[in-house]
Amino acid sequence: MKGSAARKQDAKTDSWGGFQQGDWSSTINVRDFIVRNVTSYAGDETFLAPASQRTKAVWAKLQPYFAEERKKGVLAADAQNPSTLLAHPAGYIDRDNEVIVGLQTDQPFKRAIFPCGGLRMVETGLKAAGFEPDAKVHEAFTKYRKSHNDGVFDAYTPEIMNCRRSGIITGLPDAYGRGRIIGDYRRVALYGINRLLEVKRQERAQIDDMWPTDEVIRMREELAEQMRALQDLASMAKLYGRDITQPAMNAREAFQWTYFAYLGAIKEANGAAMSIGRISSFLDIYIERDLKEGVLDEAGAQELWDQLVQKLRIVRFLRTPDYDALFSGDPYWATECVGGMDLDGRALVTKSSYRMLHTLYNLGAAPEPNITVLWSNHMPAAFKRYCVKVSRDTSSLQYENDDLMRPYWGDDYAIACCVSAMRLGKQMQFFGARVNLAKALLYAINGGRDEVTGEQVAPQSMPVAGDFLNYEDVMAKFDSTMEWLAKTYVHAMNCIHYMHDKYFYERLEMALHDRDILRTMAFGIAGLSVVADSLAAIKYGKIRVARDAAGLVVDYQNEGNISTPQFGNNDDRVDQIASKIVTSFMEKIRKHPTYRNATHTQSVLTITSNVVYGKATGNTPDGRRKGEPFGPGANPMHGRDSHGWLASCLSVAKLPYKDALDGISYTVSVAPQKAHLSETQLVDEATKAFDLYFGRGGFHMNLNVIDRETLEDAIKNPDKYPQLTIRVSGYAVNFVRLTPEQQRDVISRTFHGQI
Amino acid sequence: MSTPGALESGSRHDLRTGASPDAPDEDKFKDEQGAYGYCHSYETSSRYDGPGLRVVLFVSGCLLRCTYCHNPDTWHLKDGTYVSAEQVLRRLGEFAPALRSIDGGLTISGGEAMVQLAFVKRIFAGAKEMGLHTAIETSGFLGDRADDSFLSVVDLVLLDIKSSDPDTYRRVTGRDLAPTLRFAERLASIGKPVWVRFTLVPGLTDDPANVEGIARFVAPMKNVEWVEVQPFHQMGSFKWKAMGLDYKHHDTPPPSRELVNRVLGQFRDAGCRAR
Repeated sequence: MKGSAARKQDAKTDSWGGFQQGDWSSTINVRDFIVRNVTSYAGDETFLAPASQRTKAVWAKLQPYFAEERKKGVLAADAQNPSTLLAHPAGYIDRDNEVIVGLQTDQPFKRAIFPCGGLRMVETGLKAAGFEPDAKVHEAFTKYRKSHNDGVFDAYTPEIMNCRRSGIITGLPDAYGRGRIIGDYRRVALYGINRLLEVKRQERAQIDDMWPTDEVIRMREELAEQMRALQDLASMAKLYGRDITQPAMNAREAFQWTYFAYLGAIKEANGAAMSIGRISSFLDIYIERDLKEGVLDEAGAQELWDQLVQKLRIVRFLRTPDYDALFSGDPYWATECVGGMDLDGRALVTKSSYRMLHTLYNLGAAPEPNITVLWSNHMPAAFKRYCVKVSRDTSSLQYENDDLMRPYWGDDYAIACCVSAMRLGKQMQFFGARVNLAKALLYAINGGRDEVTGEQVAPQSMPVAGDFLNYEDVMAKFDSTMEWLAKTYVHAMNCIHYMHDKYFYERLEMALHDRDILRTMAFGIAGLSVVADSLAAIKYGKIRVARDAAGLVVDYQNEGNISTPQFGNNDDRVDQIASKIVTSFMEKIRKHPTYRNATHTQSVLTITSNVVYGKATGNTPDGRRKGEPFGPGANPMHGRDSHGWLASCLSVAKLPYKDALDGISYTVSVAPQKAHLSETQLVDEATKAFDLYFGRGGFHMNLNVIDRETLEDAIKNPDKYPQLTIRVSGYAVNFVRLTPEQQRDVISRTFHGQI
Repeated sequence: MSTPGALESGSRHDLRTGASPDAPDEDKFKDEQGAYGYCHSYETSSRYDGPGLRVVLFVSGCLLRCTYCHNPDTWHLKDGTYVSAEQVLRRLGEFAPALRSIDGGLTISGGEAMVQLAFVKRIFAGAKEMGLHTAIETSGFLGDRADDSFLSVVDLVLLDIKSSDPDTYRRVTGRDLAPTLRFAERLASIGKPVWVRFTLVPGLTDDPANVEGIARFVAPMKNVEWVEVQPFHQMGSFKWKAMGLDYKHHDTPPPSRELVNRVLGQFRDAGCRAR
């Protein structure tokens, strides 16, 4: 539905003219604004426009930086001024040609520091990149100001420290920003800062007469911080000569206001994942209005998208080598969601969904922004086909099942990081990385001792006796190990997020939320397929153990080489073991109360840490050798899903989303087609394959369309492939920026024939 | 009896899924009801072997010895794994809903699928009950064995016609051509849908007269929906080596694009729908 009244362009007060009014006009409700005003688009991609001259000029200016960065790594860093909304003056790439402005610091590619997260991380990162840490910053954060990192280590127990060291729990956000919070950046464009401040003031006034319990006092302080952040955001925009206290008047302003809000967030927080949310169909409403009023054309609309995406491609954070080993390729997950359906059954696919994807042609393939298609089997066929084509050409898209998520999260959620659904402005998460379940299984076998160091990490228990593993015995032991691990894990997470709120509160991102929100605490597991295959090997085969001199079980032999079921072949005998582990660990996690009463959730996701986890884990009963990478996310182990992608994806689709509400990651690599089918038929067949997988309850698909030979050539000749993008667990990377180990891991994955 | 990669844990040759590891392996093959048979392997995601997405079951046993065969490990019946039709159908059933939703089906290939006729028929009948499209890939050499009741559970025949010249056919396969042509004519007479497949091997089957002969033979048949030209490839050569067999095509290149186009052109000129 569209409003009919034409708008007076000169009337500064008429920013909402032409829009259908509704609940959103009197309360903060972006979702209501979208469903009342969005124009669904069921046509194809032929309307799209190429990159404008201005876009090309800005892009050309950035190319030398990209090239230099591939060689050198970090190009520049500001070691003196800890990042805040106002720490840096305005920065530009090419002032004459930038349609959207704003940089993290005063120059592109200059990285900022965030010592509130942890000084050690800052100083290690600076030194690793060849920069000198600043003495004044050091003094301030050792003498006068405590960091999140310091706080967490004050609260950790020796047991947690042991788990961290042994690698059974890894990647905890205890030394930097936790990320995964998505501010509803659209609110700034739709309402302007003044209105948002007024609402925050009301939210505050409502709790003035509440008795000041810890919770109430904290809420008051947080609201005060949020209001300060909003004021600072307005001041930051002023540095760029923009007044964002009022709502955006047109599409260009809406893009700029929204981007400023996101820019503010990445100036204030260095979270591992900083999603932008679900902006394309929102901004499309502004574009449609401008097109109708004749003040914008298609070339101009595409220019806005291209230029916004250019900005999203140059977000940079200063990380440490350890961090890079876990999350390779400098990702920041500026995840943007396109597509999906609304609750009334109308597609939220707009022309701007296409324009967003089209940036991958106008600017070339790239890992960021992490474009996520919310796949619904009910979306218009033309859009499905376009997505498949873009995947084939760029391997830069990931897909998540909107039909599965919508009943849980409604129709205005976005994806934090890779696979975590968050209702925008109404939900945040306490991010918690993951535990290594394969290692936990080995602890169970060895009475709580680490299979690599021999150290007692889990509480001492009875190790397995005898020469052969018994399924019931190992399951019982594994169950109690998981009980211990779950408890220790929740314990650690509570410490982390208490301190993060205290010392590194995301005041701006939270200002772009309602006061009363749903908090989830997002736990995670790695090594699921290794554990499932191991347990199936024990159950259906005859596994002999080999012990070292100290009596530690260090190896496993499949006696008689009996073939045992393996995850990834649509074989219920092992698939049910995998599902059971997901449910069982979730149930154990749920037993322990969380900080701020957060709802427990879980992901089956590894990012690129499947390599690091594998490296730290000894031989496993499934025949996997010590040091060998795990399958990423919920993937079957490399090469074991040997009956084709259909069998593989049906296994993964069985994992229960209800017990993994933080997402289940699945990466598929298929060779480019060589069949007798025509291009049209292939695209049709591929969309049917998507419908099949998601229709069977699959949650996520990270799709690569590439052959092994290309990847091998890229290792040898990286300069030939500067933009070669490949999707790993939940995100995409520039292949040539992965570590050699991770490159090998990607190549050793199962490549299926075409889908 | 050496089957490369066979029965390795999780290998695609592993067809014991569902069987207890110590299931008896006694020979019940004489069972004319087809309750048991020998299968080599299966895969679930083929786009080449029939319309839509195919689960392809490779059964073992073949009477032909094609010099370019890329599955020589399926020649001998007992190279396969001994399984019951019930077990195969149970496994197929786990894919049936997905296959139905994507307009796919079951293709039985080999080996030569008609060696174990009763077994294959039983599986096809079960697949039809599940609402799946069925296809058989065959050389047609045993076509005389396929009675009407067998063909009633087959929706599509992928018929390999390796040559139109009896001498060439014998050089390629070691067998007679006539049974294949007879089978093709019978399929035409009952209007059973057929995709003719022709493997293009440079220096062996690429003679224009040879191609012309097949084209002329097939062109009038209204039941032939497609003629598929399959370029020779070397992907099976490692198996010959592993099995210690004498492989004649080490130096045979895949056909050039020009050659493929010439052959496609010959078929099309004769009035066939070729691809």
